[in-house]
Amino acid sequence: MSINEIQDEIIEEFDLFDDWMDRYEYIIDLGKKLPLIDASLKTEERLIKGCQSLVWLNAKQEEDKIIFTADSDAIITKGIIALLVRVLSNQNAKDIAETELYFIDKIGLKEHLSPNRSNGLVSMVKQMKLYGAALK
Amino acid sequence: MTINTINKNNTTVDFEKIRADFPLLQRDMNGKPIVFLDSGASSQKPQYVIDAMNEYYTNQHANVHRGVYRLSQEATDAFEKSRHLAQQFINAPSEKEVLFVSGTTDGINLVASSYGRKFLKEGDEVLISAMEHHSNIVPWQMACELAGAHLKVIPINDEGELLMEEFDQLLNERTKIVAVNHISNSLGTINPVEAIIEKAHAIGVPVLVDGAQAAPHMKIDVQALDADFYTFSGHKVFGPTGIGILYGKEKWLNAMPPYKGGGDMIETCTFEKTTYNELPHKFEAGTPDIAGVIGLGAAIEYVQQIGHEAIGQHEQELLEYATVELKKIEGVRLIGTAKNKASVISFLLDGSHPYDVGTILDKLGIAVRTGHHCTQPLMKRLGVPGTIRASFAFYNNKEDIDKLVEGVKRAKRMLL
Repeated sequence: MSINEIQDEIIEEFDLFDDWMDRYEYIIDLGKKLPLIDASLKTEERLIKGCQSLVWLNAKQEEDKIIFTADSDAIITKGIIALLVRVLSNQNAKDIAETELYFIDKIGLKEHLSPNRSNGLVSMVKQMKLYGAALK
Repeated sequence: MTINTINKNNTTVDFEKIRADFPLLQRDMNGKPIVFLDSGASSQKPQYVIDAMNEYYTNQHANVHRGVYRLSQEATDAFEKSRHLAQQFINAPSEKEVLFVSGTTDGINLVASSYGRKFLKEGDEVLISAMEHHSNIVPWQMACELAGAHLKVIPINDEGELLMEEFDQLLNERTKIVAVNHISNSLGTINPVEAIIEKAHAIGVPVLVDGAQAAPHMKIDVQALDADFYTFSGHKVFGPTGIGILYGKEKWLNAMPPYKGGGDMIETCTFEKTTYNELPHKFEAGTPDIAGVIGLGAAIEYVQQIGHEAIGQHEQELLEYATVELKKIEGVRLIGTAKNKASVISFLLDGSHPYDVGTILDKLGIAVRTGHHCTQPLMKRLGVPGTIRASFAFYNNKEDIDKLVEGVKRAKRMLL
């Protein structure tokens, strides 16, 4: 599936939720299910420091695709990471660099990607795109 | 002034009615009536303060200390009235020892920079505590770096109290200044600043007190404390942002070089040599935040009308109630359990991150602070990534705390 097909799929899934609680329960669930990244990958170079929560991001190149794995110490951040990984991982490097991530806004999670939230997610998205640009 | 809290006979304060004085507390957040529990970061403003600033810009504005015309004189009078109110607020001996700064951070930077340039030499020591805000760490680090001096830190116990025996050991003839907070912003600990000042003075060392968290909650008396410097922010005492007070003893302020150069702080200026204005103007370069100063004056009047005794009593009740109720939730761990505490309560929910709890509370209309509260070294010392912090002001009530407790229970159900 292309990046935008996955984004649309997520938007559709979130349309089923009636209120914020359902949405957050789903995100928390995603956070709990996100496969932990190997402890050996949780290094200082892979750490994105947010004021509120920490994020670790690892990128691996497989042919023209990039595989992302990531983790966070906060579960809601981790749930959103799970969505970002679902959208951007295993995609073409050029597509990752050039994509516009519109799903975050559409599913009502924009506040988590605002710079003043300082949870590491803004920097994480930037870093994912930088990997895309560097490896394309 | 219309204050909804004071009864006609002016004997008791009705804290239930007080919220009507604060327009912001009438609004919603995320579709729920707001429960504002982040006054430790910045307090809300009563209509009285908003009106005073509005009136200034509408009818009183002109630059101060400059014009011969009537309007400028009126603006200057309103401006200097606030200095008088601030002097009374902290019981400073004279108005010239009361400087307008942009806030506590600015006040500490002024002293660290100016006192540091004059008095800090290579090998000297500056003594702070393990529970300081970054604002009372970094300016001293910068001053120490410039002078080749060393920063020393008074350690704390696990409850979040200063280890005074360690302080006695650290205080020595190399110490050139002690800088500590009156109340910890992260833990609520009320520090024994009187004892610290007495001990420091016994060997001739001045003390700066960061009063950012104390000024909203307790009567400040700089003479009773015998503090050399005392600083606090207007926006935490129900006044506007961008304005604060630095009190300094005249002998130190006279000995210190100016912090910033510009208008109002000079006596005469030639290209060869400038002589500086008298206190307090020597430290007030440039056109000041006149509206901010007037708003701060109004805030002080407002707080004085209610009275620190009533405020302190009400907030202690809230603190005790919140402590008891939060402790009833299994998995809640209080961070900072000092014997003497002000209305700040930091806690963690075992098995969940403060960011997650804060996010759920936000959705429920409850504003708390999460994170390290600009005290990273303290969080490291306590071995926590951050905390959830609820901080109360006199406009909070038990219902707010009930909602917080319910919110934490809900977050627990969702997160664990």
